[in-house]
Amino acid sequence: MKVQGKVIKYGDNVDTDVIIPARYLNTSDPKELAAHCMEDLDPGFVKKVQKGDIMVAGKNFGCGSSREHAPIAIKASGISCIIAETFARIFYRNAINIGLPIVECPEAARDISDGDVVEADFDTGTIVNKTKGRSYKGVPFPEFMQEIIRAEGLVGYIRDQG
Amino acid sequence: MTSKNTMAKGMTMTQKILADHAGLERVEAGQLIKARLDMVLGNDITTPVAVKEFRKIGKDRVFDRNKIAIVPDHFTPNKDIKSAEQVRFIREFAREMDIVNFFEVGRMGVEHALLPEKGLVVPGDVVIGADSHTCTYGALGAFSTGIGSTDMAAGMATGEAWFKVPEAIRFVLTGKPGRWVSGKDIILHIIGMIGVDGALYKSMEFTGDGLKHLSMDDRFSMANMAIEAGAKNGIFDVDEKTIEYVKEHSTKPYKVYKADEDAEYCCEYVIDLSTVKPTVAFPHLPSNARTIDKVGDIRIDQVVIGSCTNGRIEDMRAAAQVLKGRTVHPDVRCIIIPATQKIWKQSMDEGLFDIFIEAGAAVSTPTCGPCLGGHMGILAKGERAVATTNRNFVGRMGHPESEVYLASPAIAAASAVAGRIASPDEL
Ligand code: SF4
Repeated sequence: MKVQGKVIKYGDNVDTDVIIPARYLNTSDPKELAAHCMEDLDPGFVKKVQKGDIMVAGKNFGCGSSREHAPIAIKASGISCIIAETFARIFYRNAINIGLPIVECPEAARDISDGDVVEADFDTGTIVNKTKGRSYKGVPFPEFMQEIIRAEGLVGYIRDQG
Repeated sequence: MTSKNTMAKGMTMTQKILADHAGLERVEAGQLIKARLDMVLGNDITTPVAVKEFRKIGKDRVFDRNKIAIVPDHFTPNKDIKSAEQVRFIREFAREMDIVNFFEVGRMGVEHALLPEKGLVVPGDVVIGADSHTCTYGALGAFSTGIGSTDMAAGMATGEAWFKVPEAIRFVLTGKPGRWVSGKDIILHIIGMIGVDGALYKSMEFTGDGLKHLSMDDRFSMANMAIEAGAKNGIFDVDEKTIEYVKEHSTKPYKVYKADEDAEYCCEYVIDLSTVKPTVAFPHLPSNARTIDKVGDIRIDQVVIGSCTNGRIEDMRAAAQVLKGRTVHPDVRCIIIPATQKIWKQSMDEGLFDIFIEAGAAVSTPTCGPCLGGHMGILAKGERAVATTNRNFVGRMGHPESEVYLASPAIAAASAVAGRIASPDEL
């Protein structure tokens, strides 16, 4: 599976409180959550994000709470994939479980600039920076997680297993 | 010849618990396993999403109605119509599934203070919770970790969860902590040392002589903040104090696991507790730790004493010890929130509320409330709070331009009196 999109870039330790502040957690509606996505870090995000855009960030992306509302908000805002140096582990799990593709690739995360056009291949972990004409090798998902992604998340995976 | 005849290395405490729950002889770091669950937890924010996902799986019963705990605690008592609707939705689910451990206002508490108190977690358990601070129960020698709503749904349906077996960092604690140094100071010190991703994907195992000087409440607040170093779980050796606690609170059978002598750790830190000073984490990361003598003159507007980190009875006593016969600074609002009904009653019976109220503090019913910027004490633009909670991210307790300083109950109480971040020794 491959996606291509324009990059919106952030730094290290982007936490779940800035991805979706708790004051909006009295709902779990993806559209309502997306309307406030990234609000406390980048109030302009909701206006500028376009369907298919790729989010790129530094270390420990998604640290903080276990709220699945964070990857849900990002996915519902139209982001097709997140590339980061590293992900916080609960966010990593949640993204896979809800079918939001993520790639861990320190080299790409550091080299890619805001606005670059990037293509990411989740099966191989390969990332191509079309703007800069460079490619990077990320970590592909282990077999088991690829199965979850193929089933469009953990719920589909369990249903398939009966 | 004994067991040393194989090449295989020993296992850490976490690895042993996981191996047992996966039905395996042994597991290794990095291995993906499916483990049997002893408890699945959710709160009023995460459970609604989990229930929707549970419905999609298509099962009409949960795997075990005794092994699920649902605690509406974040926006509790419900702060608005939307949060009331969310709780009604999960209340109906709990009734339909006949879930035994659903906790209503008046009988509840902040989830991670409540579950151990109710005896729902014991040593050797594997627990997942759709709340990142589920790692708190590591204080009891259980493997417990935060997951998301979909994992919670899957756990409720199957009684299992997938895990990548973590490697571990070993923290050997020695010596005796000094005056005003609590579990909170020790864990802030550790996070300051290793950083907010210092234990990413890893397990933090706490062992050593120094443990005997740490009460269960100290250990709960330390295990609670393992996630703030990025850890999968934090776990403590089980000793007499643990067993005593478990016997007092639970009738569930428990199992004590010990790390093998030849267990492999990715690194080890030896921490002499007698050298740890009261520590405060500055905005906006729990790793921005400074010792109390280095904080400078930080004026504050609010103090919050409570949460799953520090809303237990010893925390209430520490706050009372400092506030006794003193008054909250005129420019400061001091909000005190015992974490459970039981702690609330105990604080009342011990006369702590008299001290708090005479000092000019407000005492609230158990709730997460201000800790996550939910309600019951939100910060305005530019305001500063000292909180005994666990996160000081941007906007955590209110306006994106407000600031949160994390500290122990003693430091928080002293700061409430001084009107600036202060140690009780300065009063
Ligand atoms: S007290 Fe704070 S950290 Fe603890 S469960 Fe509630 S919101 Fe989360």
